[in-house]
This record gives sequence, structure tokens and C-alpha cells, in this order.
Amino acid sequence: MNTDAPTRAPAEKAGPRLWVPLVGATVVWFVLYQVNLPFWDWLLYDVIGLDQATRLGEAIHFFCYDVTKIAQLLTGVIFAVTVLRSFMSVERTRALLGGRREGAGNVAAASLGVITPVCSCSAVPVFIGFVAAGVPLGVTLSFLIASPLVNEVAIVLLFGLFGWQVAALYIAAGLSIAIVAGFVLGRLHLEGWVEPFVFETTLRGKPIDPSEGLSWDDRIAMGREEVATILHKIWPYLLVGVGLGAAIHGWMPADWFAAHATGVFGVPIAVAVGVPLYSNAAGVMPLVEALHDKGLPMGTVLAFMMSVVALSLPEMILLRRVLTPKLIATFVGVVASGILAIGFLFNAIL
Amino acid sequence: MDVKILGSGCAKCNRLEAATRTAIDELGLTAEIVHVTDPGQIASWGVMSTPALVIDDEVVLVGRVANAPEIAKLLARA
Repeated sequence: MNTDAPTRAPAEKAGPRLWVPLVGATVVWFVLYQVNLPFWDWLLYDVIGLDQATRLGEAIHFFCYDVTKIAQLLTGVIFAVTVLRSFMSVERTRALLGGRREGAGNVAAASLGVITPVCSCSAVPVFIGFVAAGVPLGVTLSFLIASPLVNEVAIVLLFGLFGWQVAALYIAAGLSIAIVAGFVLGRLHLEGWVEPFVFETTLRGKPIDPSEGLSWDDRIAMGREEVATILHKIWPYLLVGVGLGAAIHGWMPADWFAAHATGVFGVPIAVAVGVPLYSNAAGVMPLVEALHDKGLPMGTVLAFMMSVVALSLPEMILLRRVLTPKLIATFVGVVASGILAIGFLFNAIL
Repeated sequence: MDVKILGSGCAKCNRLEAATRTAIDELGLTAEIVHVTDPGQIASWGVMSTPALVIDDEVVLVGRVANAPEIAKLLARA
């Protein structure tokens, strides 16, 4: 390891200097998480004197409580996940996928897509890197679908707001979509619809694995940095999302959706609205929570969320660099069909 | 000396460029920094996690932002 990274100290043993602050922060986190609801009850209803029975009172309470709760969940989760993921890298994933065939390869690619750290801005270099290294097109697409769809933020927020069953269901559904959609796209043999330069790209030199040679200090610094970066990036989405959620929560009649959106069109409408919407799991979740509160069925709600996080216009524009419009349209069509199927299935069984 | 930052223009890529500039200035080197944003070119270096740092045609750092002292060491080695 030292020869690969001579300027870096070899991974040292993590001592008490490292664990004491971490354990302390964890305890503080859990305490704050527990007092969040009583704190806002006390501040808004008892001190300020808002009326819990009024729409305004309820909406303000929802907003304050939800912003705090989601920001806290995000901080804890992003930190923990980033530290864990620093042991994994796209380079390692590609090596693991190298010799795989379709089928088993799609399953491996989707699973690795969940645990591999990938910035959405590097979807294109990853695509080229995989395909040029001989990973089959369908397997590569399984990876690129699973990576944003089954993301840690979505999983933890679902866990925090709806419980572990819904979170587990979401993971299973997301993985199934990524596996099946990648497999189908692979079977269609669309290599001709990939921009030709991708196959002509020759990879220079020996790839560096960024997960190697990091000390615990480095990994913890990465976790802190990631929390700051993500919170900085998503806070407007979070505030808008929770604001909309609060408005729905306060002003939309209870069970409005149960009365108006029980038909078969609920899921297709959710997907049609969700695909062009550009947000992220943190921004969508408060909406999802409020909509579900008002009687929108879980399958419809999850289909909406999946179509927002898995398919977005900016990502399609990026992918246009390497995929022809025909392939992008097919990609969107196959993934959207998968999301539709999952939405209908959940509505039928839940 | 030929220094390249490979990155899609993300915030981290710009931070790496700034840190690299600081390191170059501190070492008193004369090196031009080129920011490569074309995904095809980035991929041809074998890089999949941006940002990455290339010194004299060799990839020395991938997928994270390093601070100026660390980059200075990488520069001194090249």
C-alpha cells in the first residue's frame, strides 16, 4: 500500500483520540433526536402560544419539526455512510464487474451501485470507464440506475419517517428495477446507439484506487466534508420540500387523495409528474410524507419518489455526451416502466 | 511542469484547483494548470471518480480533494 501512496501515512490504528469524540457525538445525536418533538411542542404551543388545532399552528409545527428531523437524519447518515463507503471505490467495483456476464452481472452491478460512492456529476466518466474496460452495456446501466435510485439518503429518510418495512421494500424495489431494466437494455443490444468514441477510448496507465492508503483521520474528514457539501447543496430543496409538505399538511383536507386518487391513474400521473421534476431524496421526502398522510397510497408515493430521484433532466443532458437520443429515450422508457410496475404492485399488495 | 485537474466543473474540482494553485505558488514553481472538463478525455486517463490531479501525464490523485501541503509533496516528487 505504501508504494502506491508514498506521501501518505499508512493507515494507523484508530486510538481513543478518535473514538471518544465519535462516541460523544453519537450520544448527543440520539439525545437531540429524542427531544426534537417535545422541544417544538413546548416552544410553539406552550411558549409562543400557537393553537395546535389551527391549520397555521399545525403547519408551522410540521415545518419546524420536519426540517430539524430531516437535517439531523441527513447529518448522521451521510457522515456514517461516507466513512463506510471510503473503503469502497468505483475502481474496485469495475474490477469486480470485469469478467461478469449479463444476468449475474446485472445483480452484482445493482448491488454494488448501492454501496459504491459515486458523485452524480461523474456518471459520464464512469460510463466510459466501465464500457471501455469491457463491462457489458446492460451491466453498466444496472449500476448507473441503482446508484442514484437506491441511495442512502432515501433509505434512511424512509426508515425515519415510515419505518423499516417501507425502507426494506424500497431497497428491494429499487434493486429489482435496476437489475431488470439493465438486463432488458442489455438484451436489446443497443451498443450501436452509444456514441462510437466510447468504444474507441483507450484507458491509459494503471488506475489508482482512491479507497486505498487512507487513515481514519482522512476518512472522518471526508465524512465531515461530505455532510457540509450535501447540506449546502440541498438546503433550498429541503426548505421548499418541507414548506410544500407543511402547506399540504395544514390546508389539504384529510384523506383528499383517498377520495380523489384511488383510480388506476394515480401511479402513471405520479411518474409523469416525477420524471421531469429535479430534486433529491431529501427534498422529495417531506412531500412524500405529507401526501401519504393525506391518503395517497404507498405505491403511488414511492413511484413518485423513485421517478424524481432516478430520472432527471440534467442527468439525461449529461448522458447525451455518450448516448444517442434514441438510447436515452429507451433508457427512460424502460426505467419508468419498472417504476410503474412497482407502484402498481405495492398499491395492490399493501 | 504540466499540471491538469480532471473534473466536471463540480465544487470539489474547483477546490482541488485552488489547493493546487496554492501549492504551486508556495513551492515557487512555474506550472500551468489546465482544467480538463471533457468526460471523454477524463475517462481516457482511466479516471472515473472526479476530481483527479495529473502531474506530467501521470495521475497522482483520484476522487478527492487534497490540501495544499499534500499536493506540494506530490508536486515535489514529480
